[in-house]
Amino acid sequence: MDDGWYDEEAGPLVRPYTITSGRTPSPNMKLDVATQVMTIRSETEPTGLGPEHLQIVRQCRQPYSIAEIGVYVNRPLGVVRVLCGDLIDRGLVITRSPPVQVEAPDHELLQAVLNGLSKL
Amino acid sequence: MASASSDGGKGMDMIPTPVKIIVAGGFGAGKTTLVASVSEVPPLSTEEVLTEASDGVDDLSGVERKTTTTVALDFGRITISPRHVLYLFGTPGQERFWFMWNDLARGAIGTVVLVDTRRLETSFAAIDFFERRKIPFIVAVNCFDNAPRYTEDEIREALVIPDRVPIVMCDARNRDTSKLVLIKLVRHAMASQPAKV
Repeated sequence: MDDGWYDEEAGPLVRPYTITSGRTPSPNMKLDVATQVMTIRSETEPTGLGPEHLQIVRQCRQPYSIAEIGVYVNRPLGVVRVLCGDLIDRGLVITRSPPVQVEAPDHELLQAVLNGLSKL
Repeated sequence: MASASSDGGKGMDMIPTPVKIIVAGGFGAGKTTLVASVSEVPPLSTEEVLTEASDGVDDLSGVERKTTTTVALDFGRITISPRHVLYLFGTPGQERFWFMWNDLARGAIGTVVLVDTRRLETSFAAIDFFERRKIPFIVAVNCFDNAPRYTEDEIREALVIPDRVPIVMCDARNRDTSKLVLIKLVRHAMASQPAKV
């Protein structure tokens, strides 16, 4: 693939899912916009990944959300979800999603948020 | 406290738990302004590309006609502690993107519905949406300069807001009042919790 296709001017010419080889996010592994993604430290840079994958691997040495990754790699969220899904499959990143409670968010979590906001 | 099935692995203690608050309201109500006033980074904007099957599918061709729409999603971030990071997501203003609100709202601890008193009618959709989904929400009235001032009761009556939903006045440009709005929401979410068995 020619990287030249992906420069800013070419933007609209390249359909987003060209980067993902036509794949859309798998429904059973839905990554939330707020899901934190963090690269697992390794000595060597992984091989066989596309430039966008590598960009995410480098970006996420600190944890970032799917939405933030979308901003930094300048791709739509659907594309970011597929790329991060690949990295999860390869064991290169770990994730943490917002807790989804059946009833309501747990008290401890809300208290932590309240304490944090009060200190702002 | 891992949740989704994709989560896990060693080093989990190094990843903060993400927490979401949704900022909803009509177009121009000041959602991004509120996010900007409390976020630790200037509001960020990312995109979701939606593919919708368009009307009038041509049966003979066997190929569905589809249209793609790009929806911008604005958000901010507040690092609460090393263990928690809070994201504030503004809902896309146009009502026809309500289905995106579903994804946004899933796992959110609550919603602020921001109201512009000059255009009350633009808040109905958001209030109705979150009321139906039993997501804790509060109504924040963005007191624009030169906008008509109403009492809390007048707003409650005009927008048919149930008594249990708090209403607060704020200036979305002001960090302190925006912060108080978020605190009010979290307190409301705590109060709305069912008693532990």
